[in-house]
Amino acid sequence: MLHFYVFSLARDFMNRALYIRDLWKVYRDGVEALRGIDLDVMEGDFFALLGANGAGKSTTIGIVSTLVNKTSGKVYVCGKDIDTQKNEAKRCIGLVPQEFNFNQFEPVEEILINQAGYYGIERREARRRAQRYLEELDLWEKRRQMARSLSGGQKRRLMIARALVHEPRLLILDEPTAGVDIEIRRSMWDFLREANALGTTIILTTHYLEEAENLCRNIAIIDHGEIIENTSMKRLLAKLDRETLILDIEETLDHPPSIDGYATRLIDPGTIEIDISRDRDLNTLFCHLNDLGIHVASMRNKSNRLEELFLSLVGEEARQSNKNLPVGN
Amino acid sequence: MLKYYYVALKTIVIKEVLRFSRIWVQTIVPPVITTSLYFIIFGHLIGSRIGKMDGYSYMEFIVPGLVMMAVITNSYSNVVSSFFGAKFGRHVEELIVSPVPNWLILLGYVLGGMARGLAVGIAVSAVSLLFTHLWVENIAVTVTIALLTAALFSLAGFINAIFANSFDDISIVPTFVLTPLTYLGGVFYSINLLPGFWKELSLANPILYMVNAFRKGMLGTSDIPLGVSYAIILGFIFILFTVALNLLNRGVGIRS
Repeated sequence: MLHFYVFSLARDFMNRALYIRDLWKVYRDGVEALRGIDLDVMEGDFFALLGANGAGKSTTIGIVSTLVNKTSGKVYVCGKDIDTQKNEAKRCIGLVPQEFNFNQFEPVEEILINQAGYYGIERREARRRAQRYLEELDLWEKRRQMARSLSGGQKRRLMIARALVHEPRLLILDEPTAGVDIEIRRSMWDFLREANALGTTIILTTHYLEEAENLCRNIAIIDHGEIIENTSMKRLLAKLDRETLILDIEETLDHPPSIDGYATRLIDPGTIEIDISRDRDLNTLFCHLNDLGIHVASMRNKSNRLEELFLSLVGEEARQSNKNLPVGN
Repeated sequence: MLKYYYVALKTIVIKEVLRFSRIWVQTIVPPVITTSLYFIIFGHLIGSRIGKMDGYSYMEFIVPGLVMMAVITNSYSNVVSSFFGAKFGRHVEELIVSPVPNWLILLGYVLGGMARGLAVGIAVSAVSLLFTHLWVENIAVTVTIALLTAALFSLAGFINAIFANSFDDISIVPTFVLTPLTYLGGVFYSINLLPGFWKELSLANPILYMVNAFRKGMLGTSDIPLGVSYAIILGFIFILFTVALNLLNRGVGIRS
C-alpha cells in the first residue's frame, strides 16, 4: 500500500512540468512580491498565469527561469530542483520574456544559432533548426538583417523562435503578443497551439484575456503575490453568473426598455446594454424585446467572459484586503 | 558533458570574435593608428635624439611596451563593453537562463577579450616593422606573457562591467587607472633611470611587470626578474578570476 502511495506520488511529481511550493520573494526594499505560492503545471498543459500589473507573474517566471533569486520555497522544473539541479532544470525551459532581450546588433539567424549553442547544439544542427523555426514564424527572409531593423511583431516572433530552438519541454511566454496586431497575434496563437499539440508544455501570461480563454486549458490567477484561483478554464468560466451584452437595435429609443428580470441601460438611442444572469436564457430576452417592438440588428459581449471573472475575482480580493486596513478618522 | 561545454564555449567565443570583427573600424583600426603615431613621434622623431636605452635604439625599446599597451587596453575594453552592453541590452539574460555554467560564461568572455587584445597586438607589431627591425628573443616567453596579460585585463574588464551601471562607469577605470598605470609602467623608459623613491614606487605598478616580461621575451632585457613577473601575473589572474566568478555566482548586477 505504502509502495503504491510512494509510486503514485513520484509519478504525479514526475508528470509535472512545473512544481512550486511555498515560494516567497521579498525584495530588498521590503516589497513582498510573492507570498508563499503553490503552483502545479502538468506536462503537456497550456496554462494561463494571470494577474494585474505587479501581481507577481513576472517575478514567478523570473524565479523559475533563474533570472530572479527567490527568498524561500521550492521550485522543480520537469522534476529538476532549481537549487540543486539548476543546469538540468534550465535545459528544460524556453523563455519568451516581456521585453525584447536579444542583441539588436546581431543578425537574426545568428541570434538563434548562438542560443542553440548555449544548449550544446552544434552549429550545423543549430543552423538547420534556425532555418526551421525562422521559416515557421515567417522570418526566414529576414535572417541576415540586424535584429534592430525588425518590426515589433517580427521581434516578438524572433523571441518565440529563439525560445524554441533548443526544443524545450516547458515554454514560458510572458506577454508574448503585447503590441502585436490582431492578424499576427492570431497566427502566433496557431503556432503556439501546434507547439502545444506536439507536446510542449506552455505557460502563458497575458493581458489579453480572450487570448488566455482561447488557448489555455488551465489557469491560475495571482493577486498581490498570492494565488487566488487555480483551476481549469472550464470550471472557472462556469463560475461566471452574469454576462453583459450590448445590443445594436434598429429603432431609436429615448429610455431603456423595461424587461422583467433583466437590468437594461441605454448607451445611446440605438444601443442597449443588458445584464443577463446564468438562470436566464436569451430566447426569453428576445421574446420580450420582440413584444416591445424592438428589433436587434447585432449583438456582442461587453467584455469577454474571462475578463469579467478576472475583474470580479481581483476586485473581490482588493475589497477583502481593504477591509483589513485600519480605518482613519 | 565535455562536448556540451566545448560547444557552449565555442559559441560564446565565436559570438565575441564576430562582435569585434563586425565593427573592426571601431575596434582594430583606432589602436593601430594611435600606436603608429607613437612610433612616428616618440620612436622616430624624438627617439632619434634620445639615443640608446638598455643597449637598444629607442624605437626598438618602446616597441614591446607599445604592443603590450595595445594588448592591455583592448582586452580590457572588449570585455567591459561587451558584457556591459549585454547587461544594458538585457541579452545577458540569454546566457543566464541557459544551462551554461558561470565559469564557462566567464571563460568565454575572457577568451573573446584575449582574442581582440592579441589581434590588435599582432596588428601593432606588424605596423612596427615599418619603423624598425623586430625580432623575438624568446618566443615562449613573448607568447605566454601576451596571453596571460590579455587574460588578466579581460578579467578586470569583466569585473568592471559587472559593477557598471552606465556607460560612464565603463570608461572611468580605463581613463583614470589603466592609462596612467600603463604610461608609468615602463613603456617609454627603463625604471633604472628613475631616482630611488620613484623607482621603488614604480615597483608597485603591476603593469611594469608585464611590460618588462614582454620586453624580456622580445629583446632579452628587463628591469624585473622574469619569475617575479610570472608570479605576479598569475597571482592577479587567480584573484580576479575568483572575484569575477564569485560575483557572477551571486548574480551581482545581473539578477534581482
